[in-house]
Amino acid sequence: MKVNLVDIAHARSGDKGDTANVGVIALRPEWYPFIAEQLTLDRVREHFRGVITGDVERYELPNLNALNFLLHGALDGGGTLSLKTDAQGKVFSTAMLRMVLDVPDERARALGLPMVTAA
Amino acid sequence: MSSERIVRVASGQGFWGDWLDAPRRQVEGGPVDYLMLDYLAEVTMSILQKQKERDPSMGYARDFIGAMESVLPAVTDRGVKVIANAGGVNPLSCAHAVLDVAEARRVAGNVRVGVVTGDDLLPRLDELLASGHALAHMETGEPLSTVRDRVLSANAYIGSTPIVEALARGANVVVTGRSTDTALTMAPLRYEFGWGTEDWDKLAAGIIAGHIIECGAQCSGGNCLYDWRNIPDLANIGYPIVEAKADGTFTIVKHPNTGGRINVQSVSEQCVYEMGDPHSYITPDVVADFTTIHLAADGENRVKVFGIKGRAATDKLKVSVAYRSGYKAVGTLVYAWPDALEKAQLADRVLRERLENMGLRFDSLLTEFVGVSSTHGPLTVQTGEAPEVQLRVGVRAQDRKTVERFTREIAPLVLNGPPSVTGFAGGRPKVEDIVAYWPALVDKAVVKTMVEVLS
Repeated sequence: MKVNLVDIAHARSGDKGDTANVGVIALRPEWYPFIAEQLTLDRVREHFRGVITGDVERYELPNLNALNFLLHGALDGGGTLSLKTDAQGKVFSTAMLRMVLDVPDERARALGLPMVTAA
Repeated sequence: MSSERIVRVASGQGFWGDWLDAPRRQVEGGPVDYLMLDYLAEVTMSILQKQKERDPSMGYARDFIGAMESVLPAVTDRGVKVIANAGGVNPLSCAHAVLDVAEARRVAGNVRVGVVTGDDLLPRLDELLASGHALAHMETGEPLSTVRDRVLSANAYIGSTPIVEALARGANVVVTGRSTDTALTMAPLRYEFGWGTEDWDKLAAGIIAGHIIECGAQCSGGNCLYDWRNIPDLANIGYPIVEAKADGTFTIVKHPNTGGRINVQSVSEQCVYEMGDPHSYITPDVVADFTTIHLAADGENRVKVFGIKGRAATDKLKVSVAYRSGYKAVGTLVYAWPDALEKAQLADRVLRERLENMGLRFDSLLTEFVGVSSTHGPLTVQTGEAPEVQLRVGVRAQDRKTVERFTREIAPLVLNGPPSVTGFAGGRPKVEDIVAYWPALVDKAVVKTMVEVLS
């Protein structure tokens, strides 16, 4: 079945130069290992393909049930150079939460993950 | 028991432009020992530098003087101390402006202003470059000499030590230039608890306390995604306060009868804000490890923070250089139903063809469709027809004339482009000077901070 990341995590993003950072935090501590396993470097690179021009870095913060991603080349030069509405990367947080995850039904039930409801 | 002594540091300003009423609310809403006000963002210094060039008595955050007026009774009658990096590129003038306010209120005898200087490297820039400090760009590696003739300001991010010295010399208001945001919170804790310069874990705890409250209400329910609908009374939001103990543990709280919400989720969101490598949050005083932060609910609107580890600081300081880097302008038009997006897309194609025909060349030309995809770009999932769309086109170029010519091409589209267009009341887009940011490192040994206490 499919699970919306937005239903199992919250997030905040900010900027450092032309890099946006996105911190993704599990809504329940028991969901953190699942999120950490799903949000691999490759998965996040793929998600932001065509959105950012640089590479992605990934860090784990199990103490906060959180992951931190650095998205390089995300802000059209960043700061005052940027022409983007979101020049400071404030809403890359919810762009990350658009991710939809595939999970075997049994696992989803065991973790109590909320299923995708039809739009 | 001295270990149970609590020192309260309240955050009253998260950036220059934050809520004017917050500083007063913080000193009047309940007990606090220190009021911490953060005014400086990356480009603020260059704005202040321009102001100082026009008027040598300016160059600091004027909002701070209004804030001081509103909290002066708390400072003089109840012993609340104020620490602010409002000094910008002119901390001394800022300090005198504070004393003038105290004088006008006839309480100047009770105000001692500590002034921290030495972060401003602009007067020493050529000397530093000549003696082998390349001040290379931290991301690109380019030496600063490539933009030297366009530099507007250059400031080293300085740490807690000069603030601690000012407090030790009896200052009850401390004004700095480019102190790190986090030092403004850590310094009073270090001073009050007598933490040593190598008490890495405690210093790191003070820095993380600073990180959590440096953006004001962003840790107490503001800009909080978690359960945002149910966060109470944002109109009356309480700014955060650190209740710290000598052992380096602390609790994030807010005054009673205020809005917003402090919980593990709201504090977690702020912990990850603007984070780089969480293992190494590098400051002038200590390298803090964000993977050691532990949060626990401690009653309503209280979050306890503990377990923090730090390690020795590096021998470098970060330098923030601002330099002129060309011009930009952004033009917008609004297209209405039906087929709003299609109309906006056609207008964009027409505009681009005209710019192309004129032979205008831009370093960057960016089109966004606000209401459709300006925030999430290609990740956007289109559901149904957009009832209206704002076409937003931005350009950037080194040459001012090129950008100016672009600004003349927006209005004509109202009459000679696609239909159902409006929203041009603001007139021609404004050409803006771009002041860009150049982060660099410099050897700590070359930056000498100084402290003066005025009364």
